[in-house]
Amino acid sequence: MPRTLKPMRRIGRGGAGFMIHILAFYLFAVLTIASGAITILARNPVHSVLWLILAFFNAAGLMVLVGAEFIAMLLVIVYVGAVAVLFLFVVMMLDIDFAELRAGFIKNFPLGILIALVLLAEIVLGVGAYQAGAMQLGTPDGSAATPVGASNIEAIGALLYGRYLFLFEAAGIILLVAMIGAIVLTHRQRTDVRGQDISKQIARRPDEATVNTQPEIGKGVQL
Amino acid sequence: MTAYFQSLGMSHDWAWFVATVCGILLIAVPLLVAVAMTIYADRKIWAAMALRRGPNVVGPWGLLQSFADGLKVFLQETIVPSASNKGLFLIAPIVTFTVALLAWAVIPFNSGAVLADLNVGLLYILAISSLGIYGVVVAGWASNSKYPFFSAMRAAAQMISYEVSIGFILICVVLWAGSFNLNDIILAQRGHIFGLLNGFAFNPLLFPMWVMFLISALAETARAPFDLTEVESELVAGYQTEYSSMAFAAYWLGEYANVLLMCALNAVLFFGGWLPPLDWAPLYWIPGWIWLFAKIGFFFFVFSWVKATVPRYRYDQLMRLGWKVFLPVSLLWVVLVSGYLMLTRYGV
Repeated sequence: MPRTLKPMRRIGRGGAGFMIHILAFYLFAVLTIASGAITILARNPVHSVLWLILAFFNAAGLMVLVGAEFIAMLLVIVYVGAVAVLFLFVVMMLDIDFAELRAGFIKNFPLGILIALVLLAEIVLGVGAYQAGAMQLGTPDGSAATPVGASNIEAIGALLYGRYLFLFEAAGIILLVAMIGAIVLTHRQRTDVRGQDISKQIARRPDEATVNTQPEIGKGVQL
Repeated sequence: MTAYFQSLGMSHDWAWFVATVCGILLIAVPLLVAVAMTIYADRKIWAAMALRRGPNVVGPWGLLQSFADGLKVFLQETIVPSASNKGLFLIAPIVTFTVALLAWAVIPFNSGAVLADLNVGLLYILAISSLGIYGVVVAGWASNSKYPFFSAMRAAAQMISYEVSIGFILICVVLWAGSFNLNDIILAQRGHIFGLLNGFAFNPLLFPMWVMFLISALAETARAPFDLTEVESELVAGYQTEYSSMAFAAYWLGEYANVLLMCALNAVLFFGGWLPPLDWAPLYWIPGWIWLFAKIGFFFFVFSWVKATVPRYRYDQLMRLGWKVFLPVSLLWVVLVSGYLMLTRYGV
């Protein structure tokens, strides 16, 4: 039986293992918040993205601590490995005018505060509803979600491809439509450039592409 | 190992801690020596294919060449360009080197001989290998120099492109094995074909996936013919142009540690890892780690062979292969494999 990603759980409460668990939680939590704050405060946008990556990474560490190793790995693979790389890719290539950015800060400040307040309210409402026991996580009818196997990959799989199959497929279709939309909007059929036809290139043989001539001296070759 | 340290009179927690540290050292130190020897092997194989002698002066048959190079690099001055972003410039090689070592934590060397037996082992490897990009991209940006920057852009696009198809290829293997745990994946390959051949690569349905994985691994580690991040004819030395001394050595070691990791993944996912190639009792008398190391060595030979013989790709050809050939084919294969398994194993 493979060990899951939570060796501290086995050791149990009270011992040094519990202390490490607590220490790890505060380390990850403080680093997440700190790097989140520096993401906003950093002057250089590339530094901002790198701090954001550190925040993602520490959030993954927190996920490991609560035993959600699948979510932790997905967080690293999807956000750190793909989304943040594209972020970094774009930000590095942008030619950013810092003075203009700072001028925009004052203008957008009220909007930013409003969004922050909305997010805060949502978190408070969510935690409040959870505390009040309105709904157990995982099932809409209030009964506790039943994990199918020992690993949470199997549990998530059973929920996604069983109970929430149609929602999952709907999300997939929305993403597909978004992708096709992005391609249609940016794709241009250009006629003024010389493109390559790979199969034509591969199908070329030496005898049809080259000629062997023996030109007379001083005459040159007709190509 | 925890039990052994407990027998020395330590408490359980301390024994666990000491055992883990010992396990890390047992993997990292031999790995670094192995990396030095593979650099030597790479040069020797390359030389032999070009009818040259290769390194043959330092030590018997030139065996100590890599250690001499390491010492030379260690004694050099570290030059940090004045226009560079100093902190990131120095962090980038550390990231590359650390990430190259991290992934080895989940590779099983024998039955039960694994540092971290995670049940998301393969996802862990995907997550760690996707971090490898940052060492390269940050180096290219922090150098504040034209060619390293081009190289970093190329590296980022290349690694992301091939990671997508590698993901689909791994899904095929995981579907067949029914687990993300590397040890379970190896055990699922035991007697896979006719109850005799150990390895998914002998399965006709998974064989094309192995070929694609091998090619994607070359692209993912930026080895020839896909070494477009360090093409000397276009980009000087690519992202490591501005690096010198130990920072340069960190890239060098990290690159080869990544190549060895990809060879190990080839062995573990498609050729039965520490299982012998045939499910025949006398072959099991040879310890599992010898089989694994022999397979890793064989795949490293294939990597060197390709480097010595195949001409370099053009960048647009590389992108075409990744997005227009490998991605659709591997996606189709996920459907084929899951369809086949639904018909035969699970019953529709």
